[in-house]
Amino acid sequence: MIQGIVFTCILILSIYFFSKRIGQIRKNIFLGRDEARNDRPWDRWKVMFRVAFGQSKMAARPTVALLHFFVYAGFIIVNIEILEIIIDGIFGTHRVLSFYIPMGLYNFLIGTFEYLALMVWVACFVFLIRRNVMKISRFWSSEMKIGPRTDANLILIIEILLMTAFLMMNAADYLLQKQNYGHYIVAGSFPVSNYLRPLFLSFSTDTLFLVERFCWWFHIVFILLFLNYVPYSKHLHILLSFPNTWYSNLNAKGAFTNMTSVTNEVKMMLDPTIVPDVNGVPARFGAKDVADLTWKQLMDAYSCTECGRCTSECPANITGKKLSPRKIMMDTRDRLEEFGMGVHKNGAAFDDGKSLLFDYVSEEELWACTSCNACVQACPVNIDPLSIILDLRRFLVMEQSSAPSEINSMFSNIENNGAPWKFPSSDRMVWSETGV
Amino acid sequence: MQEKNDSIKVPTLAECIANGESPEILFWVGCMGSFDERARKITRALVKIFQHIGLKYAVLGLEESCTGDPAKRAGNEFLFQMQALSNIDVLNGYEVKKIVTACPHCFNTLKNEYSSLGGNYEVFHHTTFLQNLIDAGRLKVEGGTYQGKKIVFHDPCYLGRGNGIYEAPRDLIVKLDAELSEMKRSRAHGLCCGAGGGQMFKEPEKGEKDINIERTSEALQQKPDVIAVACPFCMTMMSDGVKNFNKESEVKVLDIAELILTANDL
Repeated sequence: MIQGIVFTCILILSIYFFSKRIGQIRKNIFLGRDEARNDRPWDRWKVMFRVAFGQSKMAARPTVALLHFFVYAGFIIVNIEILEIIIDGIFGTHRVLSFYIPMGLYNFLIGTFEYLALMVWVACFVFLIRRNVMKISRFWSSEMKIGPRTDANLILIIEILLMTAFLMMNAADYLLQKQNYGHYIVAGSFPVSNYLRPLFLSFSTDTLFLVERFCWWFHIVFILLFLNYVPYSKHLHILLSFPNTWYSNLNAKGAFTNMTSVTNEVKMMLDPTIVPDVNGVPARFGAKDVADLTWKQLMDAYSCTECGRCTSECPANITGKKLSPRKIMMDTRDRLEEFGMGVHKNGAAFDDGKSLLFDYVSEEELWACTSCNACVQACPVNIDPLSIILDLRRFLVMEQSSAPSEINSMFSNIENNGAPWKFPSSDRMVWSETGV
Repeated sequence: MQEKNDSIKVPTLAECIANGESPEILFWVGCMGSFDERARKITRALVKIFQHIGLKYAVLGLEESCTGDPAKRAGNEFLFQMQALSNIDVLNGYEVKKIVTACPHCFNTLKNEYSSLGGNYEVFHHTTFLQNLIDAGRLKVEGGTYQGKKIVFHDPCYLGRGNGIYEAPRDLIVKLDAELSEMKRSRAHGLCCGAGGGQMFKEPEKGEKDINIERTSEALQQKPDVIAVACPFCMTMMSDGVKNFNKESEVKVLDIAELILTANDL
């Protein structure tokens, strides 16, 4: 009874804090500019099923894809087990589902969860080795400071602890079942935890009961803690990858958006009779800070799990330039957290004198981009770092006239000669003449 | 490659209209194809193929102007739209329907970025266009010069990732009876040559090496006879890379159009 009350309180509190945090993230995302991403819903569902559910883009690296798939399947399917644990927790029952579904199915389910738990355990262990022993370079590049590295390790360690507790709990349960102890009815099959039994053979029945209870509580409390840690960590992709892929850019990757605000201005320049639409003029052209980006670009930032595939395929980064698409996403998220907190405390007029551009992302990084779309292609959850790079460049060029001098020459050549070089436009047909 | 340096009579759209002719397609030459010494040879190769099969084409000539691609990607949306709107004015004035270009940057911009500004055309990259001509039986390609030669193809970003065209250039190479060789990073994961996004016009940022060196060394690892490209910017970057490794006598860098032309000895 007391256990049930304690459990219910913990459950309510963790759901409350989780929802509050998700609400804050939602508000932060909507600090971004509006952008319509609701067209072609059927295509959007297809992209989401293929890329998020089907993890199609992970397949580029098959070994990791398989390991990641175990963790993903474990996460999705073990939720059924969590349903049972929550009901048991609230009502003080034990293995409640075994009373309501055929025992054969129940045994099959518990057995499957055990295999999954083992695979999750192994996968997380391999991931820890890859990060900390093999030191795979994309986990150790310059933006992967102690914070992000610890975040990743913490998540993997929690998952290993969760799976350990789950399997130990089952092993103890199995032994108690065999001894007809209390309410431990014979239910479930234990193909994995069966092998953990030798650990407990010397334990008395009462100690076994304590072990089972401890593991049960440890497992569920850590799941609830994990639930509340996820929205503060890079691990939010387990939730956001679904909406983030649904709202993917469906156009060709080469197509960059045309700024309608600019179209209006250009049309007025070309035809002075057009009456200016005052509402159409934005506060600034391009993006200086997070609020100048669109909500989708901000959702991208929260969806990033810092895997670094983008950076490892970025031609600028590969050849030693400062640019890292992953850092662009991490910077956007960090700045959005800071800015969102400021707006939350001080209202919409919040200004701390800082901005995403300059204080987080430098001009040197931005000008190293070749706009090749390798980062966009590489991202397993369809994040678009290139669109942020472009919007920051737009601010530099259109608001500050601050581009490298050669780029400014290219601009003036196009303006004056209709070509990016200083050739007279009258030479356009020279290629057809003799002696070229 | 033996090039005949004779003058080519190239019809402009203005002349065609004046003569009451309506060409099948507009050939958008692009700034590289017009002004860059090496890229001009690609332009000439393509035109010779057109003339060989009697295709009715025309160019804009002096009425052509930069599509605005480098300006847009460097962040100058004003300049891009100025270029776009005035080009659309010219194209729509001539009621242009179909465009072919040998530059993936022009291709991408004309195809994807002009439509919302009022310019709607059916735009082809020359590799797709040549492929279509072969499929329609209008252009015959036989092995000839490149039979059994090893050709490695470098994907242009704005053709491949940008627009999902990976097969047309490869199919053409295979039609030459050549051995198509793939780098480890190819198709959707192809590495950029380093020219896009305005990089062509500036010095690279500080780093360990230049992108074209990284890419060319990857291509050279395949020990090819030819590095095939399908973009005039890639042509510059890969040619410079090959020169950097002092391999220009062993390894040729050629555009797909040049391969087709020389294979047929047109």
